[in-house]
Parts: sequence; structure tokens; C-alpha cells
Amino acid sequence: MAEISMTHTQTAAKPQRKRRRPIRFGTVVDHAVLIAGAALMVVPVLMALMSTSLPDTEILKNGVQFAVGDQMANNFHKAMVEKSGFTEAITGARMLTNSMILGVGFALGKIAISLIAAYAIVYFRLRFATLAFWMIFTTLLLPLEVRILPSYEAIQRLGLTNTYGGLIIPLIASATATFFFRQFFLSVPEELVEAARIDGAGPVKFFLDILVPLSRTMIAAIFIIMFVFGWNQYLWPTMITTDESMYTLVRGIRQILAVLEGGTIPEYGKALALAIVAMLPPVAIVVFFQNWFVKGLTESDK
Amino acid sequence: MADVTLNGVGKTYPNGFEAVKPSSFQITDGEFVVLVGPSGCGKSTLLRMVAGLEDITAGTLSIGTREVNDVDPADRDIAMVFQNYALYPHMTVRKNIGYGLKNRSVPTAEIEAKVQDAARMLNLTELLDRKPSQLSGGQRQRVAMGRAVVRDPALFLFDEPLSNLDAKLRNQMRIEIKALQRRLGVTSIYVTHDQVEAMTMADRIIVLNEGRIEQIGTPSEIYHNPASTFVASFMGAPPMNLIDARVENGSILVNGGTPVAPAASSAKGTVKLGVRPEDVVLGGDGTTPFDISIVEELGAHRLLHGELGGQPFTVHVGKEVDALTGQTMVQLNPEALRLFDVQTGKAL
Repeated sequence: MAEISMTHTQTAAKPQRKRRRPIRFGTVVDHAVLIAGAALMVVPVLMALMSTSLPDTEILKNGVQFAVGDQMANNFHKAMVEKSGFTEAITGARMLTNSMILGVGFALGKIAISLIAAYAIVYFRLRFATLAFWMIFTTLLLPLEVRILPSYEAIQRLGLTNTYGGLIIPLIASATATFFFRQFFLSVPEELVEAARIDGAGPVKFFLDILVPLSRTMIAAIFIIMFVFGWNQYLWPTMITTDESMYTLVRGIRQILAVLEGGTIPEYGKALALAIVAMLPPVAIVVFFQNWFVKGLTESDK
Repeated sequence: MADVTLNGVGKTYPNGFEAVKPSSFQITDGEFVVLVGPSGCGKSTLLRMVAGLEDITAGTLSIGTREVNDVDPADRDIAMVFQNYALYPHMTVRKNIGYGLKNRSVPTAEIEAKVQDAARMLNLTELLDRKPSQLSGGQRQRVAMGRAVVRDPALFLFDEPLSNLDAKLRNQMRIEIKALQRRLGVTSIYVTHDQVEAMTMADRIIVLNEGRIEQIGTPSEIYHNPASTFVASFMGAPPMNLIDARVENGSILVNGGTPVAPAASSAKGTVKLGVRPEDVVLGGDGTTPFDISIVEELGAHRLLHGELGGQPFTVHVGKEVDALTGQTMVQLNPEALRLFDVQTGKAL
């Protein structure tokens, strides 16, 4: 009793001081694990960033390290502007553009195709709609790597090698996104469709005026996932683009280091700078769309 | 404005289930008709067939002079208010109300003028730029009404529009809807499972049971002269008392011999006797014993629950009548007694 009243007077006397909760052992462990995990992720990035400021010879001798040199601006400049590659045909900026086109095209293409597929499956009385859905779904078991030879053959015959179309189109069918949109559409109340029908909205109007705006948080969430996924594509671009002006960032980094066999010193600083640049857009997009992302996966305003 | 004529309209699902048996009735211009019945009685299916959201598998439906069996919902000149309002969540109130007009290529200025009119009529003017998620249940209901009103249709369809509202708001909206319908004079079909709504709003009530029309009539006809035991027990709260009785020598007997009233009809033998709880008088010249076991105090009146002739029975008395549990004598108003066939449940 006395204790209670004492705490009471204390808090009353010093309202600005928050009552401290006792630190629990479990909390300490949780935080230790989280901090260790974060460090594990961040330290290599930091190391790469610091190493971009060192001359290439220093990196060749001592490896990447925590040291600050004076080459950072120079390395980034070289990475973005200087032509490089076997044929000296591409700059970092061009690679960045290529990657952007691949990432955005890949994400938008996937969203468009899967929105339409899910719309057809959910809202139209198709024969075998369920079968069609499960067939789409089972393609999750068949990633690009499994079908890479036939896909390459098809694209090559269509004459789409070394084009953005060839880079993007074979990848834009998405079982995952179709599945997400299907589940979302199934949760849209039936009355909304009926109200729209009475309001004179045909299938196309209903899709564009009502379904797509309703799915916008979902679209944003899928855009993030798919953009990052497309941005990080390596194998397919390697197969389909032989022209160096079509190289993406992820490939370009490797290309810079590949000159080692040529007997010159590899441009480590430049490669690391490119790696840093390659990391930025996905990070930016996740940071920028974070709110939408969480909303899209957790809530829906229906 | 239009008459609505149903001629043998029925619905059989592909699996053979007959949701609505062939039904025929006519709704005259400007009439407010309520379809009422327990859940699963086919009232919503019937409404949705009129709306065109459900295919008609038998009979013909005409709105005005036009047969509309195969006409798209958008072209039937109808407007519908849904139970959960079905507002477009991403559109403002203004856009929600105007969407149907926009799809009909009405000029923007005209849409705006009509939306303003509808909003004024429904007290929505200040809410025009809000989204549905920022509105209360009653306001959403009014937006749904606005969406129907703005199109100036020939026929309003209401699918249990008040069942998502709390009791107080429901009473208020009931009056608002009725008043609005009166003012606009638009033919309306209103579906509900709530018999109070049906009684208070309807010009005519259609009582449905198991996909069949039990009775069509004005609220007063339905209440005072139910066509069957189903209607008698469904309409009215508390429902009509239905007890087993016998007609012998021109009088009605309960409990194997107690005469309660002279029999007006020519019925003979075993019957169901129906009497509304308020058509019973306590004391007076009463000779029928009634055992009161529970007195339900409702302020303006009291409900006395007990047994008459060994069967459950309820009496409705005004607040000025004192009642205690125990046996008392009651008199059944002979004019208010209704007899039903035991087998078919039909009125005799």
C-alpha cells in the first residue's frame, strides 16, 4: 500500500520523468540478434563504399578495407561516364538506363498481364477457369531457368535478341501476381459488380474505373517486389543481350572485373562504385513505397 | 414511372432447385410494394430477377409496356439500393452519385446539376467531397439512395437497405425513404425480412414463403385477414396466437370443451384458431381461463404470456390494465377470430 502511494506521489512530483520499465533479459537478446543481423548486412556495403575512395592498386594489394582515400569522386565519375566493356561501347549511365527499363518494364508488364488474367478468371464464367488458374499457378514450379533454352530459341527466332522486348516479354507472365490479384478480386463484394452493372458500366469500364483503382495498394506492393526482382535479373539478360550497349548494371559490374585476364589491373574502384549505384534504385523504391507496400499486403479499403 | 407486370415469373437453378415458383402480380405506377418473408423464401431472388442480375427461367417480366426478360440491367431504367450500400470506395460521394450518369454520356455540367439536386434532397451537400469510408452508416445509406435518385429511373429496387443500421436510425430512415418515394412518385419494390418495415412502408405487401406467394394485400388486409397460418404467424409482433380448437354445434371449443366464442363460419371439426394478442379482453364477461406465467412490461403496454387451454398464448394489454401472474378470465373478441385448416394452413 505504502509503495503504491509512494510511486504515485513520485510520478506526480516529476511528471516529466518517464517510469522506467525494468530491462528484461529477453529484450536484450532480441536486440543483440537484430543489431548483429543489421551489421552483417550493412558492413559489407559500407566497406564497398569506403573502398571506392581507394586507388585500384591499393585494393589489388590489400583487398577491400575500411580506409578513406581520395579517389571516390573520380571512381564514381569513371563508373558513370567513361565508356567501358570489350568494345568500349557503354557507360555506367547507359547501363543504369537499361536496368531501369528492364526493372520498370518487367514490373509493369507483370502487373498488367496478371491483372487481366485474374480479372478473366474471377469475373467471367469461363469453362475450366479453375483449371486455368491452377495451371498458371503450377508454373511457379517452372522458373525461367528451367525453360531457358526453349525461351531463348523462341526469342532468337522472333529476332528479339538484343532488344528491350526480348529482354522483358518472356519474363512478364507471373503466377505469383496473378494469384495475389485473384485473391484480392475474390474479396471484392459481389454487390459492387452488380451496382456497376446497373450503373451501366460494361466489363472494360468496371475493370478500369473500379477494379484497378481498388487494387492500387496491391499494385504498388507487387510493383516493388517485381521491380527489385527484374532489376536483379542476371541470367536472362546475359543470354539475350550480346550487344554491349544493351548491358544492364548487374552484368556490367562483372564485365569490368573480367578484364583481369587481359593483364591490366581490374578497375576495382569503378566496379564497386557501380555496385553501389546498382543498389540505390531498389532501396529508393522500397523506401518511397514503403507505406503502400505495407498497406497493400495488410489492409484494403473496401 | 411505370407499371411492373410479372407473368408466371420463376427461377429454377441449374441444379434443379426451384428458388421462386412461377409468380404473377402487377404493380401499378407509383406504388410502393414490399416483398417480405423469412430468409431463403426467394424474395431477394425475385427482386434480382426484376433488376436483371439473375436470369429469369420462366414467365415474362415487363416494365412499362416493354418486356425486359433479356434486357441488360443498365437498360431496364431501374435503380437499386443494396444491403451493404455497394458504394465505390475509391470515389467521392459526388462521383459515386454521378457514375451512372457519366456512363450514360450525360454532359458534365448536367451531371453536376443533377448531383447537386440529389444531394440537396438527401442532405448530402456538405459531404460531396468525402469518400465513403469517412461517412457514417446512415450517410452511406443516403449516398446509396442518392445514386438511385439521381438517375430518375422508372423503378426503384431496395434490397434490405436498412438491415445494416442500428434500430434508431432504421426507424428514421424508414420514414425518409417512404417520404422520398411519395415525393418522387416512383414505383418501388422493397425487400425486407422485417415485418415492421413491411407494415409501415408498404402500399401493398407480398408475403413469400418457400418461393411461393402466400398472400398479396394492403398491410391492413394482411394483418387482419391473413390467408394462412404462415402469414398469421409471420406478420405482427408478437405474432397471432394459433391454438388447436374444434367447431361443434356452432361454437368454437378449446381444450376439449371450453367454448370460447360462437363460430361465424361454416367450418366443422378440428381447426386452428387464430387470434391477435390485442383482440383479447381481460375480465369483463370472460369465461375462458388464461394462466399468466410471465408479464412483459413494455412501458406503453404489457404482454402477458401464458397458457390458454393448455397451449401457449399471448395477450397484449394497455398500460392501464393491471395484470398479475396466475389465472384470470378472458374474452376473445368474436369478430377478430380467424379459423385455419389444420392440414393446409389456409384460412377457412
